[in-house]
Amino acid sequence: MIPALHVQSVHKRFGDLHALRGIDLTVEQGEFFALLGPNGAGKTTLISLLAGLSRATSGRLAVMGRDVVDDYRQARRALGVVPQELVYDSFFTVREVLRFQSGYFGIRRNDAWIDELLENLGLADKADAYVRNLSGGMKRRVLVAQALVHKPAVVVLDEPTAGVDVELRQSLWEFIRRLNREGHTIVLTTHYLEEAETLCQRIALLKQGQIIALDTTANLLASHATSQVALRLDPPRLPEALRARLCAAEGEMFRLALQSCGELEGVLASLREAGVAVRDLEVVKPDLEEVFLELVK
Amino acid sequence: MTGLYTLFLKEVLRFFKVSLQTILSPLVTTLLYLLIFSHVLEAHVHVYPGVSYTAFLVPGLVMMAMLQNAFANSSSSLIQSKMTGNIVFILLPPFAYWEFYAAYVAASVVRGLVVGLGVGVGGLWFADLPLAHPFWLLAFAVLGCAVLGAAGILASLWADDYDKMAAVQNFIIVPLTFLSGVFYSIHSLPPFWQAVSRYNPFFYLIDGFRYGFFGVSDVSPAEGLLIVAVCYLALSLATLQLLRSGYKLRK
Repeated sequence: MIPALHVQSVHKRFGDLHALRGIDLTVEQGEFFALLGPNGAGKTTLISLLAGLSRATSGRLAVMGRDVVDDYRQARRALGVVPQELVYDSFFTVREVLRFQSGYFGIRRNDAWIDELLENLGLADKADAYVRNLSGGMKRRVLVAQALVHKPAVVVLDEPTAGVDVELRQSLWEFIRRLNREGHTIVLTTHYLEEAETLCQRIALLKQGQIIALDTTANLLASHATSQVALRLDPPRLPEALRARLCAAEGEMFRLALQSCGELEGVLASLREAGVAVRDLEVVKPDLEEVFLELVK
Repeated sequence: MTGLYTLFLKEVLRFFKVSLQTILSPLVTTLLYLLIFSHVLEAHVHVYPGVSYTAFLVPGLVMMAMLQNAFANSSSSLIQSKMTGNIVFILLPPFAYWEFYAAYVAASVVRGLVVGLGVGVGGLWFADLPLAHPFWLLAFAVLGCAVLGAAGILASLWADDYDKMAAVQNFIIVPLTFLSGVFYSIHSLPPFWQAVSRYNPFFYLIDGFRYGFFGVSDVSPAEGLLIVAVCYLALSLATLQLLRSGYKLRK
């Protein structure tokens, strides 16, 4: 199957700034993929290259097998981009904007899909409002609708939930998940790492224009961060054999590091041998934030 | 062609949505020029035999309004889009560079013609106008608006901010229109300034447009149209080349 996105040895320089340093990346069709990294890592630059907003200094990029330079018309038809900046055309209403955007992609009568988008994004009652009069969150929804108006095979969302309230975030993700289930490939950049962890099957981590990690979310979590077990001990005393695992202690509570959950049995055996009873126990799973911090530091 | 047509339609609707500013305002300003100049100079200036000064003035003002508004349409739309960032909505769709060009120029021509028609109809209150050669009149009107529409794209691609855009408008477009024979025939100028005027393409536009009404002109309309067409081609080629290269649009 043709990959949804194929990025091959891509470099991008802005004068002296080497923004992307040899990016190789393939995103398969139907994936929910996250592009993470600190500010200035090159995420938006990479998206701009895919969307044709910017041109690579060297290397090739393709969307659904279509080269973004040589076959830009088909590549752009296959791509929907929600830009990071909250931009809008102040002259028009929400419906007018969506009709124009449909027309730009060669679609003449698109009102049925536009209505569906408005409904799903909670914009139905704002269809005839001028975009300039909407709140920030509503404007963000219009941007999402604009990106989806031509039913692109690949949807790229650059920080779509920045500054957006919890309610919209939930409904937005519900809708994007549905699109993913229906076969759309989703690529996401976000600062909310729990969103990437919950939603995305694979993650690429960018740092200073290079991919420093590219794996499934589960593998990244397993290989770069440790689980912890929180124990309430009676008496509150840690046997010598477990001291090396100690992360934190407060009163009766002790937090111990585990490389895997399988090590828990040995920990409990050591406590039993030392005559220490376990009154409470909780396994704390590592999260993406830890992985992120470890990798980018 | 749906994309091109939609972009054209969007650009036309954009100026119609703010028609007080884009149509009515230039119409009133131009008619005020007409009122004042015709009142002051009617009895003192005669340019063509049998043509009153007011009648002479109307086509010049119509063309001036058309040129300035055609330029304003493409330039203001694009510089605003660049400054606010909503140009991204035009850059993301699969437009060819020539579609981008054609949509903006065509919308500029429409705006120019709408304003020109308004000023022309308004001018009929002040003077009776013959219609000697409607074809020439229309050819110069459309070509003039297209030249300025293309110039508007070119200027807005180059300008990084509103200040630079205003500089082009105030230091190039306005002087060229005012010094093109709107208010006078170049034959009334000293020989040196007559020669200088012939390097101003706007002079040929106004002179040829006036020929469409009166059948009289300072230079032959065919020569004028040819010079304007060459200017249009040169401007268009430069604009298309910049659009193709993504100059200041696609980094």
